[in-house]
Amino acid sequence: MTGATRSGRPPWSEPSGAADKLAGVLRIPRDLVEAIVGHARADHPDEACGIIAGPAGSDRPTRLVPMTNAERSPTFYRFDSAEQLALYREMDARDEEVVVVYHSHTATEAYPSRTDIAYAGEPNAHYVLVSTREPHRDEFRSYRIVDGVVTEEEVEVLPADGNVVV
Amino acid sequence: MSVSVSVPTILRPMTKGEKSVSADGATLSEVIADLENNYAGLGGRLVKDGALHRFVNIYVNDEDVRFTGGLDTQLKDGDQVTILPAVAGGRF
Repeated sequence: MTGATRSGRPPWSEPSGAADKLAGVLRIPRDLVEAIVGHARADHPDEACGIIAGPAGSDRPTRLVPMTNAERSPTFYRFDSAEQLALYREMDARDEEVVVVYHSHTATEAYPSRTDIAYAGEPNAHYVLVSTREPHRDEFRSYRIVDGVVTEEEVEVLPADGNVVV
Repeated sequence: MSVSVSVPTILRPMTKGEKSVSADGATLSEVIADLENNYAGLGGRLVKDGALHRFVNIYVNDEDVRFTGGLDTQLKDGDQVTILPAVAGGRF
C-alpha cells in the first residue's frame, strides 16, 4: 500500500507547498476499519460516505460519522449540506477535526477519481477509498490529496480500540 | 452590514491563518466582493463565472444559500456566514 501519485489540480486550488510533505501513514483501529467496510457493504450498490473525527491536531481517528449520500447514486456521492454544517459545528464545539474522509467505489478500484481529486477540500485529512466491486474481497486504501496531487499512503491497522465510537 | 465569516482550513492560507474574519455587505455577493478586497484571491475560490462554485458550500446562519437566493441572499447585521468545502466525489 504505497507509492502511486497522479496529478490533476482542482480548479479552485493553487499550490501551497503542502503536497511536498512526505507520504504519511494512516493509523486506524480495526473496529473503525470494519465499521467503514460495513457501511460501504450495506449501501452497495450506492456509494457510501462519511468521516472519522478526532481530537484537533492529533491525526488520530476516534469517532465515526456515517453521512447521508445526498445523491444516493452508484457513481457519485455528496454529503447532505445541512447534515455537513451540523457536523462541522459539532466538531468545532468538541475541538475535533476531520481526520478521515471516506467513500466507496462500487464497481471500480479504490483509487481517487478525477472528481474525487477535484473536490478534495480537506488538506489535512486522510482520504480513504473502499471498493465493494468484489463481494468477498475488501479493498481499503488511503491517500493524501493536496493541491490536486494524490499520494497513496500506508494503512497501519491497530488493534480494536473499545473507546472509539462506531 | 457587518457579518462574520467562518473560513475552512483549505482557504485559511488566504486569510493569514484566520479561522473567522469579518466582512461588510447587504448581500452575499457584496460580502464576497469585500472579502476579495481584503484577501486577494479568496473571491475566486467562491465564485466562478458569476455563480457560486460547486466546490464550496456557503451558509448564512443555518441555511445553505443555494436555497435562499444564492449570491443575492440578503444579509443582516451580525449574520454568520460559513464556508465549507463541498465533500463530494465519485467513480469518474
